[in-house]
Amino acid sequence: MAASGRIVWVSGPAVRADGMSDAKMYETVTVGESKLVGEVIRLTGDVAFIQVYESTSGLRPGEPVEGTGSPLSVLLGPGIIGQLYDGIQRPLRELSKASGSFIGRGIVTSPVDMSKKYHFVPSVSAGDQVEAGGIIGSVKETDLIDHPIMLPPDHPGGKISGIVQEGDYTLEDEVAQVEGAEPVRMCHRWPVRKPRPYRERYDPTVPLLTGQRVIDTFFPIAKGGTGSIPGAFGTGKTVTLHQIAKWADSQVVVYIGCGERGNEMTEVLVEFPHLKDPRSGKPLMDRTVLVANTSNMPVAAREASIYTGVTIAEYYRDMGKDVVLVADSTSRWAEALREMSGRLEEMPAEEGYPSYLASRLAEFYERAGRVRARGGPDRDGSVTLVGAVSPSGGDFTEPVTTHTMRFIKTFWALDAKLAYSRHYPSINWMSSYSGYLDDIAQWWGKNVGGDWLDLRSRAYGVLQREDTLKEIVRLLGPDALPDEEKLILEVARMVKIGLLQQNSFDDVDTYCSPEKQYRLLQLLVGFYEKGLQALREGAKLSDVRELPVVPALLKARMDVKDDEMPKLEGLASQMEEQFRGMAGTGVSK
Amino acid sequence: MGGVQYSKIAEIKGPLVIVDGVESAAFDELVEIETAEGERRLGKVLEVGNGKAIVQVFEGTTGLSISATNARFVGKVMEMPVSREVLGRVFDGLGRPKDGLPDPIADKFIDINGEPMNPEQREYPKDFIQTGVSVIDGMMTLVRGQKLPIFSGSGMSHNLLAAQIARQASVVGTGDDFAVVFAAIGVQYSEAEYFRRSLEESGALKRSVLFLNTADDPAIERIITPRVALTVAEYLAFDLGMHVLVILTDMTNYAEALREISAAREEVPGRKGYPGYLYTDLSTVYERAGKLDGRKGSVTQVPILSMPSDDITHPIPDLTGYITEGQVVLGRDLFRKGVYPPVNILMSLSRLMKDGIGEGSTRGDHGEISNQAYDAYSRAQEVRALAGIVGKAGLTEVDLKYMDVGDAFEELFLAQATDSNRPIEETLGLLWEVVSKLPKSEITKVKDANIERYYK
Repeated sequence: MAASGRIVWVSGPAVRADGMSDAKMYETVTVGESKLVGEVIRLTGDVAFIQVYESTSGLRPGEPVEGTGSPLSVLLGPGIIGQLYDGIQRPLRELSKASGSFIGRGIVTSPVDMSKKYHFVPSVSAGDQVEAGGIIGSVKETDLIDHPIMLPPDHPGGKISGIVQEGDYTLEDEVAQVEGAEPVRMCHRWPVRKPRPYRERYDPTVPLLTGQRVIDTFFPIAKGGTGSIPGAFGTGKTVTLHQIAKWADSQVVVYIGCGERGNEMTEVLVEFPHLKDPRSGKPLMDRTVLVANTSNMPVAAREASIYTGVTIAEYYRDMGKDVVLVADSTSRWAEALREMSGRLEEMPAEEGYPSYLASRLAEFYERAGRVRARGGPDRDGSVTLVGAVSPSGGDFTEPVTTHTMRFIKTFWALDAKLAYSRHYPSINWMSSYSGYLDDIAQWWGKNVGGDWLDLRSRAYGVLQREDTLKEIVRLLGPDALPDEEKLILEVARMVKIGLLQQNSFDDVDTYCSPEKQYRLLQLLVGFYEKGLQALREGAKLSDVRELPVVPALLKARMDVKDDEMPKLEGLASQMEEQFRGMAGTGVSK
Repeated sequence: MGGVQYSKIAEIKGPLVIVDGVESAAFDELVEIETAEGERRLGKVLEVGNGKAIVQVFEGTTGLSISATNARFVGKVMEMPVSREVLGRVFDGLGRPKDGLPDPIADKFIDINGEPMNPEQREYPKDFIQTGVSVIDGMMTLVRGQKLPIFSGSGMSHNLLAAQIARQASVVGTGDDFAVVFAAIGVQYSEAEYFRRSLEESGALKRSVLFLNTADDPAIERIITPRVALTVAEYLAFDLGMHVLVILTDMTNYAEALREISAAREEVPGRKGYPGYLYTDLSTVYERAGKLDGRKGSVTQVPILSMPSDDITHPIPDLTGYITEGQVVLGRDLFRKGVYPPVNILMSLSRLMKDGIGEGSTRGDHGEISNQAYDAYSRAQEVRALAGIVGKAGLTEVDLKYMDVGDAFEELFLAQATDSNRPIEETLGLLWEVVSKLPKSEITKVKDANIERYYK
């Protein structure tokens, strides 16, 4: 029996109602005459503490509260891709039909179009045995997405007693019957706070390629891995996240705008339909789902948006797809937790955040992974989680950043100083790290170049050396260094300009193929080694620095397109020749 | 609904009144408080339940007594009466006429809290606003529907700059309807008066609406001032189709009023005593900027805030920067040097610039030349620092050129009189003049064709 009570207390997004002894924890309820959506987050006697996902302005004690009997869940089926949802999976396009340019309250809409017909092709026949999560057929969701229809992962399974012919069906239609179970439709609901089950979990060994050099080459993330990108405002966090959402080699991207700017979501909506996926040539919107709970939208729904997004991501993972989820920003989600915790009058931990902040973050990041899905046929999928952190005052010792660092393996630290000097992406190479380097080195070795890991560590070595030398330069000026160390400064500068910096607004530079990344790395490391050798053979530093090939090396990232690799080979031989020429003409003493 | 008298006030603390024996009151509801002398004050419900309501009194609780105070629940949330007649008028911080004229005849009443814009219904802002201030137009372009704050410090020239933007941005244009909404939030009377006079002199006053809460007005009123101002701005923009520039000064005072209430409610504080929901609360102010699909007008915000001790990591500028689309940061060093406007370009940024400039709006080379200028100025700063250690004699020829660029940037391009209104062509021309102090080989961010065309 569903609970039915009355409001006794209202304060912002928090409501208390009595007469709720039948309510369950995390049950969804409707609140007030205008039927706002809320969720039970504490029960004391017959009083339920409810967080309301819509503005409670005008709500008064005495108004009714009704339980729905089910926890907060999302509707999963074809029609999700290309949508812009709010934090509780209401499509914002549909909301605008009901309430115009501003977001109204108490509006009930279906997350996906229930009357749209999809062309269903069955893949099992009557008499076949199916298990939970098993695929029974498929539809084409967008040009890019084949959408297998799966039994829900908690389905009892059994023998198919009936399945429809190939043809056009809506999500309301029953497409299959399983003996002793409810009829199967092309969609099902799943509670957002409950991770979707899978059969087996693998170690992440395949890199998620983002086309961003500082990420792929220096601080890579694996498919099914976790990464975090903290940065003060103005350090280019959003641009970097947009770049990952645009160019990551995954089949599906879930982008959560959690307590961020409204215009940023609009930008994605305007831009993505016009951008082409570099692999398929189809619009990026055909693989993207947006969940937007902007900063001024109700704070409780911001808390829910993270779960809504990750559940959608797991659904596509279960189809055997690689999914990237970008959450911008987990700090705003943590603040929503803090606000509700304050209203619950819980004892706060650091900076007012609740003591369970760390465990909530851990639970969220644990939903990443590369898995073998339930049911047949066999298929592997992954969810990669990338969470932005907005540390207050750019201070990485604050609670959200420090707790996040415990649960993620790749850390891209954005640096305000780099951003001020217009070095973008402003990922600081000294404080960032990746825990996947060894796991994925094999993939690079096999698919791109055998000495990838070695080249990468040699280039990184130059950057590390430069970092210590910089201190000396700051105190004594560059003249205090011997030539070999000045060469390190010079090559570090070249690595920064020619490799680490990347202009996301430049048509060529915005995406860089693994092949090109590898070759640029090879060129720059080659330059260092040849330069060092030349110095040892008596060449002057200025001769090395002023080799005609240098400007070309710096501009190659913008001048050479991904399909023009021979140009980079040409550069390599030019470089070789110029160094040889230096020795040959007797520059060296 | 409403109209019921409640005489039982249980407690008065700080800006809050706790009313007892409440039978029906709504969250956010407007409350009228009547004192023994018959004076009326306004407040709103922060929390209601179990027969009690916690009411925040905008005009403060000074002089209220437990026995002789009445509270009346009005039955609706706070609304602002709006119509075209608000143009040219001066209101107090709660939206009541302050110019001695009667209430404007309302076309409609609007909830001052507004509703969040549906991101799906927003139009991405990309129309260039010429402010006539070179450093803004050239380096951190403002576009219609953007929120671009000025981060300043005590005593710096943020008011001059904001007033100049307001005057000059409103005279240029394509004959579109424009309006200026100015909200003074706890600033000194002289500052508010400076704005009024400045708008009057430029003839923009009749197209302006002023909301004044000065330093001697009740602090709690400051929670309301930006909201009534933005309610009027949204009405002018989206109902009447005007391009509205909203100036909010000083948001630091707003945040302090918020902290005062939070402290009175004994809430668990976040950083520096500010409430944990400061970010969310600020966003309900700043996010009320933008353009909407299918509607003509726009709301552009230029909030001003003074950074306590010039500290950009202080919670107020910090959280503001996370919400707004860039920031214009004033620098103490430049201010001391006497440069006006003292904008520190390296810390400043306009996130929407990339879409507002270029062929068809400003000029094709705009993005490239501004990138080059950023790069050069940043290098100039490094060289200046190096010169401090090794002396000018230790610098290379190229380094010296960068020093020239740094000086020229500040003297030729940045510095500008408060009444100088430079067209974008002139701004870009000056930028080229500065950058052309570098040899062509150092210009790496501009396409060759543009170097050919504009290099001086």
